[in-house]
Amino acid sequence: METPKSLKYTKEHEWIRLTDEKNDDGKQIAYVGITDFAQSELGELVYVEVDTVGDSLDQDDVFGTVEAVKTTSDLFMPVAGTVIEFNPTLDESEGDDPGIINADPYKEGWIIKIAIEDQDQLDELMSAEDYEALVG
Amino acid sequence: MKETVLTPVHIGLGAKMAEFAGYNMPIVYTNIQEEHHAVRKNVGVFDVSHMGEFIIRGKEALELIQLVTSNDASRLQIGQAQYSCLPNDRAGIVDDLLVYRLTEEMCSEGEHAFMLVVNASNIQKDWEWISRHNSFDTEMINISDRTGLLAVQGPNAADVLQPLTSIPLHEMKYYTFEKGVFAGVENVLVSATGYTGSGGFEIYVDNQHLMTIWEAIFKAGEHAGIVPVGLGARDTLRLEMGYCLYGNDIDDATSPLEAGLGWITKLKKDHFISVDHFRKQKEQGLEKKLVGFTVQDRRVPRHGYDIVDNDEKVIGRVTSGTLSPSLQMPIGMGYVPAEIARPGQEIHVVAGRKLLKAEIVKLPFYRETP
Repeated sequence: METPKSLKYTKEHEWIRLTDEKNDDGKQIAYVGITDFAQSELGELVYVEVDTVGDSLDQDDVFGTVEAVKTTSDLFMPVAGTVIEFNPTLDESEGDDPGIINADPYKEGWIIKIAIEDQDQLDELMSAEDYEALVG
Repeated sequence: MKETVLTPVHIGLGAKMAEFAGYNMPIVYTNIQEEHHAVRKNVGVFDVSHMGEFIIRGKEALELIQLVTSNDASRLQIGQAQYSCLPNDRAGIVDDLLVYRLTEEMCSEGEHAFMLVVNASNIQKDWEWISRHNSFDTEMINISDRTGLLAVQGPNAADVLQPLTSIPLHEMKYYTFEKGVFAGVENVLVSATGYTGSGGFEIYVDNQHLMTIWEAIFKAGEHAGIVPVGLGARDTLRLEMGYCLYGNDIDDATSPLEAGLGWITKLKKDHFISVDHFRKQKEQGLEKKLVGFTVQDRRVPRHGYDIVDNDEKVIGRVTSGTLSPSLQMPIGMGYVPAEIARPGQEIHVVAGRKLLKAEIVKLPFYRETP
């Protein structure tokens, strides 16, 4: 199981990857997805629903849902922020390929891009080491 | 956690394991949908040794079985099996099960012998329930812990297994069984039954021979591309057929009549537990019925989701749901008021913040196209 050191993690099995980009309001842009452990536990994903693009959400708010064959799982905001983009590879109007998350959870399988509202909340997230300890 | 003889084999094959009914069982080896399609189109093997088996034997074995089960076991010939359920005394279901009428070569004059195959999660409960009603000249033997069970399912099952046995597999009728030599092992019970809707066999064998049988089946099926199949695909396969799963679709509080199991609830039979309740239910009409529905959305209905009407009033509950690998659409089963339980009826399912539009359909969801 892969847990890249450069990312931060939530106990709900999301990761967040910071970029150097900022939006017009000067908020830092980050990518959010689910971990290798999460995709492996869920099994083959069949649908990802994100209907929160444009919304400002609090930390731990639900920003979407993933459907696997066997189970459904909500997706939670690692930090407060605005959802600015849904990965077009996962968008059903563009002929989605949810299996990309199983195949490449940390890169091509990112789920949303957000503009971070509260940088301080990043400190509350787990390091790769802590996350690995959590999932054993 | 308990293990089957094959648990280490599943782990060695890289299966994702999980606790099921107290056993460490394989949920998926590679991919639920691939395993599902293997059973629908070719052949796959399930280790379902966690299932429970009771032998009921004696002069009044039939009387005991007739009392505790809802189907009519007097119709069973030797070599036939029957789907049935154990009603409780409140018109609910203790368990659903298979009743096998065994050969009588081990019996004394005038005795009959049956095997009951019950759900793993209910072994203890069923045993106590049936024992409590056994005021008959009948012996009960719990062989669950020493009996292994493999389900070899799919259209190519007979072709793959035939070289391993002289039992004429292609000629066996659905819900019949034979005991014989299988892969060199004597006294193997081969049953033309299953929980997938794709045909095949269930093979009961003493645990000491389970590994031999497993290995022989995979060797015999290698050229055909036989694969191991986990409980994940077992659930999608049974749900596409509209088969009930105990604990999801039926339980201590659901009536077999409500669950669409009227065909195994023989109200004309003299007497069995709760028969008066069932007769009354039939006479007065049912309040709710178990139906199948398809969802016109990519979201999947799940056990426990509410079913609502057009005014978003809760009218029922989803009991099972999945993405159907064969149909590539979400399907589910659930209880709805009897007056709307008809194909074509629109209902809605509450998935978190979202309302999914669904339509009641006739079961099974999936039919084999020859």
